[in-house]
Amino acid sequence: MASFSINNVSIKGIAGAVPKEELSNWDYTHITEQERKLLIKTTGVEKRRMVGKSGITTTDLCKAAAEKLLEATNTSKDDIQILIFVSQTPDYFLPASSITLQNRLGLPKTCMAFDINLGCSGYVYGLSAISSLISVGKFKKALLLCGDISSAGPPEEDKSVFPLFGDGGTATLLEYDETAATMHFSNQSDGSGYEAIIVREGGMRKPFTVDSFTMVEKEKGISRASRNLELNGMAVFNFSVTEVPKNIAEFFSTTNTGPDSYDYFVMHQANLLMNETIRKKMKFPPEKVPYTLPKFGNTSSASIPLTIVSELHDKVAGEVSWLLSGFGVGLSWATVSLKTKDLICPEIVEL
Amino acid sequence: MDINTFIQQLQGEFEDIPAGFLKPETKISDIEGWGSMHALIVIALIDTEYGVTLKGDELRKVSSVQELYDMVVNLKNNPE
Repeated sequence: MASFSINNVSIKGIAGAVPKEELSNWDYTHITEQERKLLIKTTGVEKRRMVGKSGITTTDLCKAAAEKLLEATNTSKDDIQILIFVSQTPDYFLPASSITLQNRLGLPKTCMAFDINLGCSGYVYGLSAISSLISVGKFKKALLLCGDISSAGPPEEDKSVFPLFGDGGTATLLEYDETAATMHFSNQSDGSGYEAIIVREGGMRKPFTVDSFTMVEKEKGISRASRNLELNGMAVFNFSVTEVPKNIAEFFSTTNTGPDSYDYFVMHQANLLMNETIRKKMKFPPEKVPYTLPKFGNTSSASIPLTIVSELHDKVAGEVSWLLSGFGVGLSWATVSLKTKDLICPEIVEL
Repeated sequence: MDINTFIQQLQGEFEDIPAGFLKPETKISDIEGWGSMHALIVIALIDTEYGVTLKGDELRKVSSVQELYDMVVNLKNNPE
């Protein structure tokens, strides 16, 4: 287990942005009414925000969130020295979206910028990378932008994927702060599970062909093309309810903490049944574990910060102790504990 | 643990199953609308209540409620 601690870094604020267009799973007529009820009960996903045909991309959402955050925290763009963009739905194959964002946000050329290609675990991984850089002491302020437009891929004919994902972008402002509490991380990966969540074609291993776009019926209610996201729900479920509790139990043991040590436990918003199984195993009371699954669905790397902004924006005054855990595609999973002081969470932006 | 409690717990997860429908000999595939969502619900229930994480193919191997119960008891008593 890659377990490490980082000092002298604090999170000043978090902001989120979502598309205006909302889709309800109650209107998902590709499945029967009984299936619909069961789907919503099990996944917890009632509504989602989707970019649809608007042309909005992940960087547009992250840019809006970043601008809102810079304004709310009264931060000068000239002070941002690192920008990391975490996403699996970037604007281009290349260049990296973080670099186009440096320009579009009007950040100085002295700012370093790069992308991290991670999904559900991306927020915690992103925090670990950006905090490590800040802790060196040479950079004062940094922006971590996490988001995805996962709804853009899956066809409506795939009931195993289509109803789950929503779109969102987030921005987190971090700074060098010698009074900050220590952040503890535990990051893991298991590439043997790379096929559990995968887009098979369109990369360099299997470039697009005409067949990449051909819809194939895999089983009843599940049709997709090989360019679309494929998700093995059972494998992901088993991984999540086994590895995540194991990771957190070890984390509790190495940090000498437990559920009582934290004000909130914010998980990646994967699926209600799965998240609730993890919550119960870790013995966190429901009031410490917020969800945005009902209103935003699974928003990939945006899910943890979006859930904080959406559900806890009015509960972040003073000192708050957090446990955050992201898990999924890769397979990849990571947990962090940290403290915030008067965290700034402006209202969610709608594009 | 006993099978009656186990059946009550299963019953509690499935609103659509009429009371008394589930018996030890009931075939799991006879549960109305049985599918992958139900499988996840059963795996989550067993995980939470008994601390045993069944895999999808393990669940596919059992046909009746009694066989499922026996598998859980076996896995609980003989952890890997």
